[in-house]
Amino acid sequence: MAIEVRIPTILRTYTGGEKAVTADGSSLSALIDDLEASHPGIKERLVEDSDSGTDLRRFVNVYVNDEDVRFIGGLEAELADGDQVVVLPAVAGG
Amino acid sequence: MLSIDQETYDAIVAHAKRDHPDEACGVVAGPAGSDRPERMVEMVNAAGSPTFYEFDSLELLALYKDMDARDEEPVVIYHSHTATEAYPSRTDIGLASEPNAHYVLVSTREHGNNDGPVEFRSYRIQDGEVTEEEVAVVPARDPQPDPQSDPEPDPEPVPESARRT
Repeated sequence: MAIEVRIPTILRTYTGGEKAVTADGSSLSALIDDLEASHPGIKERLVEDSDSGTDLRRFVNVYVNDEDVRFIGGLEAELADGDQVVVLPAVAGG
Repeated sequence: MLSIDQETYDAIVAHAKRDHPDEACGVVAGPAGSDRPERMVEMVNAAGSPTFYEFDSLELLALYKDMDARDEEPVVIYHSHTATEAYPSRTDIGLASEPNAHYVLVSTREHGNNDGPVEFRSYRIQDGEVTEEEVAVVPARDPQPDPQSDPEPDPEPVPESARRT
């Protein structure tokens, strides 16, 4: 199983500068664990502890095949071979 | 230093005035690595707030895909402050995630929706460090082929002498 993950500029320090990497996982949560195994430190930038366990960070957007994962199950979103995952930090401020 | 053409500068100011008292936001994209802000894209402030801005998540994805397809990057990321000075807030600094971008802040606190001068300032925000930089407003940018109608790169590079920097 191979899923392409597009990495934003700010997180490319974890991927040796690569714009896209491949990873495995049947859910976003599993994919992030697999990413962490190959690119230590990246998980902490994507998720945070919450009352209910672990959540995607509020200002990190993750898309599966152009859908915002917040609308398709968040970290439990299901993934399949060939899916494309895009990570983008929110552009936001006060 | 941020070098920006008059038309884009005016368009950012007009956007900020139009959306006042809510914060306005957007980007000016340019060819990757060029540091030239050429294509302004107004974004909707999904927060619709006088104290916060956030690009809508699906519009953000569409924007980045479009920039990727054009081999562009966000050269300028702008937003307005409507009641405070044009200086990055703590939130702006904490959420800044484009270390190569010029973060432009416009303050509309003086004149709101009306005519009149605004503060227009530019910063680099890297690893939580804010560095203000000079803003140079140039009369016009280099003529560029329309990427929509001409996807091929310009075969005749503009000579250095014709560039306004």
